[in-house]
Amino acid sequence: MAERVAIVGVGQTYHRSRRPDVNQVELMNEAVRAALDDAQLTLRDIDAVVMGNMELFEGNYLVDMWASDGIGSYLKPGMKITTGGTTGATVSCAAFNHAASGLFDVVLAVAFEKQDEGDTTAGLNSVSDPLWRRWIATGAMGAFARVGRDYIRRTGCKEEHAAMLRVKADKGACRNPYAHLKLNLTIEDVMNSRMLMWPMRLLHMCPTSVGAAALVVASEKRAKQITKKPVWVKDWVTVHEESATTWSMVRPGETSLEKASRLIYQRNGITKPAEEIDVAEIYEPSIWGELAWYEQYHFCEPGEGWRWAEKGVTDMEGEFPVNPSGGVVATNPIGATAMIRIVEAALQVRGDAGEHQVSRPVRTAFTTAWGGSNWTVATLLTKSL
Amino acid sequence: MRQEPFVVPGKLVVPYRYFVGRLASKALIALRDDKKVMGVRCPTCNLTYMPPRSTCGRCFSKLEELVEVGDKGTVLTYTVVYHKEPVHPMEPPFVYGLIKLDGADTALPHFIGEVEPEKVSIGMKVQAVFKDKREGNILDIKYFKPQ
Ligand SMILES: [Zn+2]
Repeated sequence: MAERVAIVGVGQTYHRSRRPDVNQVELMNEAVRAALDDAQLTLRDIDAVVMGNMELFEGNYLVDMWASDGIGSYLKPGMKITTGGTTGATVSCAAFNHAASGLFDVVLAVAFEKQDEGDTTAGLNSVSDPLWRRWIATGAMGAFARVGRDYIRRTGCKEEHAAMLRVKADKGACRNPYAHLKLNLTIEDVMNSRMLMWPMRLLHMCPTSVGAAALVVASEKRAKQITKKPVWVKDWVTVHEESATTWSMVRPGETSLEKASRLIYQRNGITKPAEEIDVAEIYEPSIWGELAWYEQYHFCEPGEGWRWAEKGVTDMEGEFPVNPSGGVVATNPIGATAMIRIVEAALQVRGDAGEHQVSRPVRTAFTTAWGGSNWTVATLLTKSL
Repeated sequence: MRQEPFVVPGKLVVPYRYFVGRLASKALIALRDDKKVMGVRCPTCNLTYMPPRSTCGRCFSKLEELVEVGDKGTVLTYTVVYHKEPVHPMEPPFVYGLIKLDGADTALPHFIGEVEPEKVSIGMKVQAVFKDKREGNILDIKYFKPQ
């Protein structure tokens, strides 16, 4: 690419079930101001603005029609992007592309979801194949119940292992000032929570959150002027697959999760991800996704994920920390969620994550996002170029 | 003066029509009129897709060859739904799974019926149960039952 790119500012709102005190644009504005403050920039310094959320989840489309004042895009170049669960990551990648192209020096990215205003399940229904899928709508929960069912059968994992990772996530969330669910959970709490679809219990699934996130991205020259701690965006990729329900069940290895992470590793000379990467912020709307996907990301051998849960490998103090922020299972403002992975990974690289900064020194961080069950976005962030 | 934030309720009703397309139209007519479950074969990749689609994602060939994949298959995975939600198609508890039809290389999401949820298992052989009055959609198969 023409220009190397760094994250020079990050921001997010406190994530909650409801935010009756603000409208959608005011919510985004909070994250934008936080990211600008973090970068010590003003809107005058911003050359382009990219924004995104999930259409219809608030009962409206094209919120960008009336958001330009609040997000700072008034008379500025930029675009609006929607890609399901990956929206926040795709918005981030578009901002990286804007800066990497050399066309813009400083780019603002903002993503949000305000689920207290709409019917998310109705919105999700509107994105399923109208002919073959819409009639069997069970949303994300059904998809992850199947993931869990299959993982248990294939690997000998027990329900306790899902509970262990859920408690790990909660420990992170309790230390993360912005996280939504902070529950001080025990293994028993998780194991006794309500059964929704076997083996999926209530506490295995993410909450319905309201929140926004923002990033300021800059080209190499400007990044070095703006901050002493630029977080370099070494690489980013999006990979699509066949619908997970029809294909990857038959060919379990052939997933966008596997391909996207493999591409990132190959292009950056990473041969032992869990050793060469210091922290990962992955997209796991259900704790079953985290358990089953460690192997998809080549973190561990097939079927080894639950043993990692037992050994605490991915704890905040572990050898290979995953989701020290508490992850998606604690906080899921849909459109913003995938950007929060990048925000949190950037904070870890800077050493600015505070109470939930991992023990292992962080030079390299890896993030993922997963959308529509059909595609994966992966990014690689580094401390030095 | 009241200080609570003001909320305006609303509701969108979004009617739509879905145009099924060239191949799937033929497949749904065969399902409705002859209780035949059809997929489409890619001769280049030697794969059969159900539901049928007009282009192979792997080799980008245009697909033409509708083939019968049969009404029998295998449960690849399943789940039991215990909680109630307005979007659910029936009262819980009910079972739905991914079924690989014998003649297909893909899985079809559908219900599993005529069996206690506890007795369903991965690898179970199942068979389609058709509705008497069929309308040309995938729910012309009521559910799959154990063979
Ligand atoms: Zn082909």
